[in-house]
Amino acid sequence: MSVQQEMVAAPKPHINMRRFLDDWVMLLAAFALFILCAVFVDHFLSPLNMRGLGLAISTTGIAACTMLYCLASGHFDLSVGSVIACAGVVAAVVMRDTDSVFLGVSAALAMGLTVGLINGIVIAKLRINALITTLATMQIVRGLAYIFSDGKAVGVMHEDFFVFGSGQLFGVPVPILITILCFVFFGWLLNYTTYGRNTMAIGGNREAALLAGVNVDRTQIIIFAVHGLVGALAGVILASRMTSGQPMMGQGFELTVISACVLGGVSLSGGIGMIRHVIAGVLILAIIENAMNLKNIDTFYQYVIRGTILLLAVIIDRMKRR
Amino acid sequence: MDAHVNDGGSLRFNTIGKVFPGVKALSDISFVAHPGTVHALMGENGAGKSTLLKILGGAYIPDSGNVQIGERTMAFRCAADSIDSGVAVIHQELHLVPEMTVAENLLLGHMPARYGMVNRSAMERRATELLKDLAAEIDPRTRLGSLSLGQRQLVEIAKAMSRNAHVIAFDEPTSSLSAREIDRLMTIIGKLRDDGKVVLYVSHRMEEIFRICDAVTVFKDGRFVRTFEQIDRLDQDQLVTCMVGRDIQDIYNYRPRDRQGEALRAEGLLGPGLNEAVSFNVYKGEVLGFFGLVGAGRTELLRLLSGLDRVKAGQLFLEGQPLNLKSPRDAIAAGVLLCPEDRKKEGIVPLASVAENINISARSRHAALGCLITAQWERENADRQIRALKVKTPSPDQPIMFLSGGNQQKVILGRWLSLPMKVLLLDEPTRGIDIGAKSEIYQIIHNLAANGIAVIVVSSDLMEVIGISDRILVMSEGALTGELTREQADEARLLQLALPRTRG
Repeated sequence: MSVQQEMVAAPKPHINMRRFLDDWVMLLAAFALFILCAVFVDHFLSPLNMRGLGLAISTTGIAACTMLYCLASGHFDLSVGSVIACAGVVAAVVMRDTDSVFLGVSAALAMGLTVGLINGIVIAKLRINALITTLATMQIVRGLAYIFSDGKAVGVMHEDFFVFGSGQLFGVPVPILITILCFVFFGWLLNYTTYGRNTMAIGGNREAALLAGVNVDRTQIIIFAVHGLVGALAGVILASRMTSGQPMMGQGFELTVISACVLGGVSLSGGIGMIRHVIAGVLILAIIENAMNLKNIDTFYQYVIRGTILLLAVIIDRMKRR
Repeated sequence: MDAHVNDGGSLRFNTIGKVFPGVKALSDISFVAHPGTVHALMGENGAGKSTLLKILGGAYIPDSGNVQIGERTMAFRCAADSIDSGVAVIHQELHLVPEMTVAENLLLGHMPARYGMVNRSAMERRATELLKDLAAEIDPRTRLGSLSLGQRQLVEIAKAMSRNAHVIAFDEPTSSLSAREIDRLMTIIGKLRDDGKVVLYVSHRMEEIFRICDAVTVFKDGRFVRTFEQIDRLDQDQLVTCMVGRDIQDIYNYRPRDRQGEALRAEGLLGPGLNEAVSFNVYKGEVLGFFGLVGAGRTELLRLLSGLDRVKAGQLFLEGQPLNLKSPRDAIAAGVLLCPEDRKKEGIVPLASVAENINISARSRHAALGCLITAQWERENADRQIRALKVKTPSPDQPIMFLSGGNQQKVILGRWLSLPMKVLLLDEPTRGIDIGAKSEIYQIIHNLAANGIAVIVVSSDLMEVIGISDRILVMSEGALTGELTREQADEARLLQLALPRTRG
């Protein structure tokens, strides 16, 4: 029997099992973790806690949806924390000065989009390393946030604005709804549009993608632009929840977002990533943090635990690939 | 480590078996290679030669059977075990560090050092010695990255020699070498043989096998077929039939065709890599071969034709209309499609599936609103190309990196066949591919030409270029040196045109 025939006759479940695990293991782990906490941690399943958990997931989750695309294309974005803070500040300041919620939110989103475009153009056209580029914009945007706000939190008086953070639709808080929408939309985008597939191809082999006719520059610019826009959206929602734009918040947030993605199974070197990885990673991190809070574990220990979990996940991921 | 020291005897493979998920790569492989001989290993791609070499080199552990050198049975668990036992495998992808110097690369892993501090002069002296043994004029202080592929290979061989290898295996060593470098390699291999080493030589190139090898073992589909102990008694056709299991008459599949209108014309083209203006044309229905030695400028010319590099002077015409390319996308839109030389670096997206790799270029044309993927078209197109090109893969979703080189090449061809094509540019399309797959690719080329496509094939394989082309253009040192029709073409004339003029 030739190899060709043996290939076809060979037990197909063999390949499928491996791939199935690769794709779903982290999500399954997230659900397992949820169940464990439900059983062993008091008050975990209480409506109040569930609500808190959902809100905690929202900021990271929304930003992670687009960070997925950055990572999948082989890049990083370290500026998202600053964008979130600056978006809140810009929204608050514009609303204070123009009395228009619409203008405030639009200005914040425009700011995010602009930062994203700058990131994208520098990275794609000027070929500057993404890590360094976004490191620079991270500092610039943070500085702008402080400048616009004069270094202090800017309170928001417009009730209409609070719908983003505190509003509810069918009993579900708006931030959670938006997060779910983002998961669904960006997951769909990755698998069912040329833009999504091109992103994966660029991360898999940029040269090959270029030669195959993919508009690599344009795709990369769009990736960062969208990431900036969505980051600003997360910032607006956060500001709404806190009823103020705060220039000092979100520091180190980009690392949390990247950790969530990697924990869930997105590859740091690009070419590998799915929305279920993002969902899994965000869920796991949020559940663990939530459980630790319920158990009154010291914040400092929480840092150690979070870092260790991330390290373990990456090691397991590497072992899987051998 | 004592158990790994070899006694200079024969290399014996005993009932080696290796299974990967879904694929039985090797089964029941047993044969012997004797010291003081050059033993060829032949077989179609997917026949298991690379897997066997990886087992020999310690990269894979066999599921059954073992490797024996002399009287001792080896149990390699890693590459270091294999190296310590006197085995050196020279792979196609050289395992060298481009940023380090030649000396550092040569002595990587056992640099002369005192208390951890490297003794540079001792290192350079040892490196010079090793290089002299191979008659390689390379300064050990040069950065490896600045050497040609042929020179880097010499460094790799010298590295093997520095470890006192007794078994040396070469995996497709000549695919990127110039004629002179090949001669040098042959001399070195002869010397290794005379020194009593066991030399394994994996190659698809018949001329070389008959030139340098003493015995040949044939694999087919992961199984051992037979060993021919005396190669001079062997006839080439016999060998091919044995490898392929069927008679390959005329692998080049050439049939005369009607030449139609002009497809592409270059006038006074100048750009990176070209030292003199290049002017030529190619017609629809024609297979135009570009012959030349490594570094002649052919790949650079293709880069200009496909929009990768910008034209500095001169003009391109497609079907009589001026063609200005600013990027590969422009070329693709115009129907000028390139299969690059380095499949791994510029051709395939390794982590993606076969289907993804096939559909990547054409999908936007079949996507709703230009961006929404049509699952049906994706599925059908992938199946269509896989069938038409006879790509051997367990499924369209198989990650392409698990396919053999020949099948990967077919996938890239399938990518372009999904698009409207006017001119197909092929850069070394059959490099590293076995005879059976080569023949299939030649058939594909001829079918395309018969359908009115203009095909340009860059090749360093003299017999191939003579076998499939209607016309042959020769390049040397960044310039066009001559043009021959199929009737005029013979090896001597082509080589003469290809050799650098300064050294004749």
